[in-house]
Amino acid sequence: MSLFLIAALPFLGAVFPALFIRAGRNASASSAGLTTLLAFIGLMLHAPAILRGEVVTARFDWLPILGLNANFFLDGLGFLFAGLILGIGLLIILYARFYLSRQDPMGQFYTYLLLFQGAMVGIVTSDNILLLLIFWELTSLSSFLLIGYWKHLPEGRQGARMALTVTGMGGLAMIGGMLILGHIVGSYDLTVILQHKEAIQASPLYLPALLLILAGCFTKSAQFPFHFWLPHAMAAPTPVSAYLHSATMVKAGIFLMARMWPVLAGTPEWFYIVATAGLVTMVVGAVIALFKDDLKALLAFSTVSHLGLITMLLGFGTKAAAIAAIFHIINHATFKAALFMSAGIVDHEAHTRDIKRLGGLRHLMPVTFTIALIAALSMAGIAPLNGFISKEMMLEEASHTGWLGNAYIIPGLAVFAALFSAAYSFRYIGHVFLGPKREDYPGHPHDPGFGMWAAPAFLVVLVVLIGLFSGKIAEPLVQVVADAVTQQHPHVHLKLWHGVTPALYMSIFAVVGGLLALLAHGRLEAIWNALPRPEAKVIFDHIIAALTFVADRMTAGLHNGSITRYSLVMILFCTGVSYVAFDSGTLPAATRTVQEAGPLAILGWFALVVATGLILRHHHNRLLALILIGIVGLVVSLAFNYLSAPDLALTQISVEVVTIILMLLALNFLPKETPREIPQQTRLRDAAIATVGGLGVGGLIYALMVRDFAAGTISDYHLANSYKGGGGTNVVNVILVDFRGFDTFGEIIVLGIAAMVIFALTEAVLGSKVRAYLLNRKPDLPQDGDPHPLMMVVATRVMMPLALLVAAYIFFRGHNLPGGGFIAGLVAAIAIVMQYMASGFGWAAERQRIFYHGVIGAGVLIAAATGMGAWFNDLPFLTSAFGYIHWAPLEEFEWATAALFDLGVFLAVVGAVLLALESLSRFAWQPGMTSEHAMDINPARDDEPKIKSEV
Amino acid sequence: MEILVASAVGIMTAAGIYLILRRRTFPVILGLSMLTYGVNVFLFATGRLAIGAPPILNKYADVPYTDPLPQALVLTAIVISFGMTAVVVMIALGAYLSSRTDDINMDDAATETGEDA
Repeated sequence: MSLFLIAALPFLGAVFPALFIRAGRNASASSAGLTTLLAFIGLMLHAPAILRGEVVTARFDWLPILGLNANFFLDGLGFLFAGLILGIGLLIILYARFYLSRQDPMGQFYTYLLLFQGAMVGIVTSDNILLLLIFWELTSLSSFLLIGYWKHLPEGRQGARMALTVTGMGGLAMIGGMLILGHIVGSYDLTVILQHKEAIQASPLYLPALLLILAGCFTKSAQFPFHFWLPHAMAAPTPVSAYLHSATMVKAGIFLMARMWPVLAGTPEWFYIVATAGLVTMVVGAVIALFKDDLKALLAFSTVSHLGLITMLLGFGTKAAAIAAIFHIINHATFKAALFMSAGIVDHEAHTRDIKRLGGLRHLMPVTFTIALIAALSMAGIAPLNGFISKEMMLEEASHTGWLGNAYIIPGLAVFAALFSAAYSFRYIGHVFLGPKREDYPGHPHDPGFGMWAAPAFLVVLVVLIGLFSGKIAEPLVQVVADAVTQQHPHVHLKLWHGVTPALYMSIFAVVGGLLALLAHGRLEAIWNALPRPEAKVIFDHIIAALTFVADRMTAGLHNGSITRYSLVMILFCTGVSYVAFDSGTLPAATRTVQEAGPLAILGWFALVVATGLILRHHHNRLLALILIGIVGLVVSLAFNYLSAPDLALTQISVEVVTIILMLLALNFLPKETPREIPQQTRLRDAAIATVGGLGVGGLIYALMVRDFAAGTISDYHLANSYKGGGGTNVVNVILVDFRGFDTFGEIIVLGIAAMVIFALTEAVLGSKVRAYLLNRKPDLPQDGDPHPLMMVVATRVMMPLALLVAAYIFFRGHNLPGGGFIAGLVAAIAIVMQYMASGFGWAAERQRIFYHGVIGAGVLIAAATGMGAWFNDLPFLTSAFGYIHWAPLEEFEWATAALFDLGVFLAVVGAVLLALESLSRFAWQPGMTSEHAMDINPARDDEPKIKSEV
Repeated sequence: MEILVASAVGIMTAAGIYLILRRRTFPVILGLSMLTYGVNVFLFATGRLAIGAPPILNKYADVPYTDPLPQALVLTAIVISFGMTAVVVMIALGAYLSSRTDDINMDDAATETGEDA
């Protein structure tokens, strides 16, 4: 099965549990299980090749220039982890089916679990480190969902937040480290990076990259001092804990350290950072674990401790230590998942996880006891179980590793940690299962059904088998993984009995010491409780609170809700940047002669300046300001026409009409006066800013206009090819529908979206309590006694076909003469709006049922279909075609596919404009307003004139 | 001619900026419209000014044409700015109807920055 499919399967399958939950919990669990099983089988099909030492790859170059490739590869290391993730995932799915209660939303659980599983498989099979980073972040996010699965528990939510904060921050650091690594090597492909050990370790950026990547690994794998999140994540349901903290999430950091081992390990920096962090974590985790009364907390800290052990081994940087680390990864996954599941069973049956309230369960739960006993003994490192072998190997490596020249620190602390490890493992057995039966269990403990203990039982069988036949079962796998981790071929030989070595003495000492420690547990606990120790959660909460405080102050200080202030900052910033740009550039001499201005131009300019001045003077009177701004718009349109831009003039004047109507409609509901509330000082300051801005912009455009282009323009190309290539003589129109058709296509979509936004806003406002206000609203200005006057109604009826004819004319001539879809659309829209104005919106809308959403959609689709038509001729999107047709009585005329595109533009514009205006009109609707007749006073009618008010 | 266009652009921009710095929605919308005029004419003028030279190809005579590219750009800009104005007007209207005030600043901000708003 392709690696793409294996990585994608959990994601694809994630929808099924959520869907199938309607068919029952078994269906939901089965769909999750089948998906995982399928991926697992797919993976196992590669097993023979992997065990032969081959590497399976799947490559998809997405953006090779940026190094963004969806490349996957599977070697021994990836195979081991993918196998653990999918294999244990399968067992967890089975276990969770029986663990979760009826109240828990099981579909959600399996969906989250599969998302998480997919992200993990992605991490371990990615070849591209950028892809790996994405999966890495996905595990943080999906584990957040899993840890916080019991949303009603505050500890669950807090634990999930803490896990996300810590691992997410580590992930961010790792992004930096990975990018540095890619920069050093010049490739983001792992397989390439792994070949460049010398280049990476010689680079001055080695240390920063190492620190950043390790920050990601240490946070994920809960290494000291980031270990504190893991125990808090125990608020999750036990299947989640068992999955995340035995085989997957926390192993992701370990995986990455192993993956990067060939290029990062072997330096003193690596040794002192990684081995030391691992050593400290191992000791700290083991000691705390012994004094935890919560079963899951005990297991959580033991996980921390064992992760420290693996990290330390990887940190040693020797091949033998790496082999020990790999083997312990396998062993830890098996016994720890089994232990978590057995703890879950105890919790499920006895209704408590408090060791102080348990004991004597072996009589009541013999099966669970057997499973827990084997797994715990393996964790303690008792022969002949698998935990014994890897612990021996660890002690062996520790015994001949010095730290800063001291040969005793590492072996001593390793034995110390092993002692505590044995002690808490024994405590798990002794204080929970052994001892006399009690009468005061909160529940009625008994062995659960087969479904619940099947998964842990399977795992402990593995624990025993790997322990007894390590050479047969585990050795080939460990061999290929070791090859992958070291990128060499070290000799792997696993066996139960190594002879009488220092490691054996250390091991015996640890086990005996562990037993003694358990016997003295009561006294040790008293000492432990008397010791002052920092509570990680309190420190974490304080740091977060401080950060939140700073962020709040920053945000509140900058973002204080005053839009005026934001505008001011923006304007000042733009002015400042422009000044700096101007000041640092050079201004060559003017090259163009200034053109003579005719009297018409001076007149227009004069009108514009006076109107603008009056707006500033009288903007408090809003209606007056609106009329004055219409004058400005008119002058601008005339100026466009005067300055050889007829298309712009037509567009500007029709947009002007629509805009003013829209603003008038809105003003109907807004206050008619702006209060004079701004102090004079502020007004003067604003005037000064505005003057500076205006002078700057005016000066800039003047400077531009009196100089020629600094470089050649592409306009000549458009002029030369408009007719030849586009079949039209109106170059502006040809640019819009042909040369830059894609821009126009985007633009009509934007226009359509704007109209939809307006529609949605209207729906939202009218759906709120505002509607009651609008329905009972009394107009605040005296209303016209005859809102639908006869003259206007008759005139607009006559004008409608004329206006539509003009629109059609403008549309058709657009390709060759000023006009086109935009302008035609606006003219047509105005023709319809006139009907609204004459007879009232209600009357007109009843007679003309056009679904404007559909018009917009049709416009966009027609434009898109026209563009796609080019594909059938193997041409790029929106390539236009044109030709000439000669029909007998008519003159020869031209057709172009661009006209069809322009039709799309036309429809989109009509729909958008009318939808916007229609939405506004709906605000004015009041019951009984829609008049029965087109005009209120009609001499041809006998009935009493009904005069109603409408806007 | 150039000085007229340049000064008109400057005046419209200045009026736009001044109105945008007001505190009520309506003048701010008017200011945006003024700024739109200014910016559109500015963009148009980057193609340099020409009188009587529209970019309509003449098959029969070799006549000068003005720069068509800024015109196409500005045509798009005019239509888009209509869409923008319409959306802003609706937001302003919805805000006024919902809160019964057309002040664009939040209350606490208004008291805090009352003197510079």
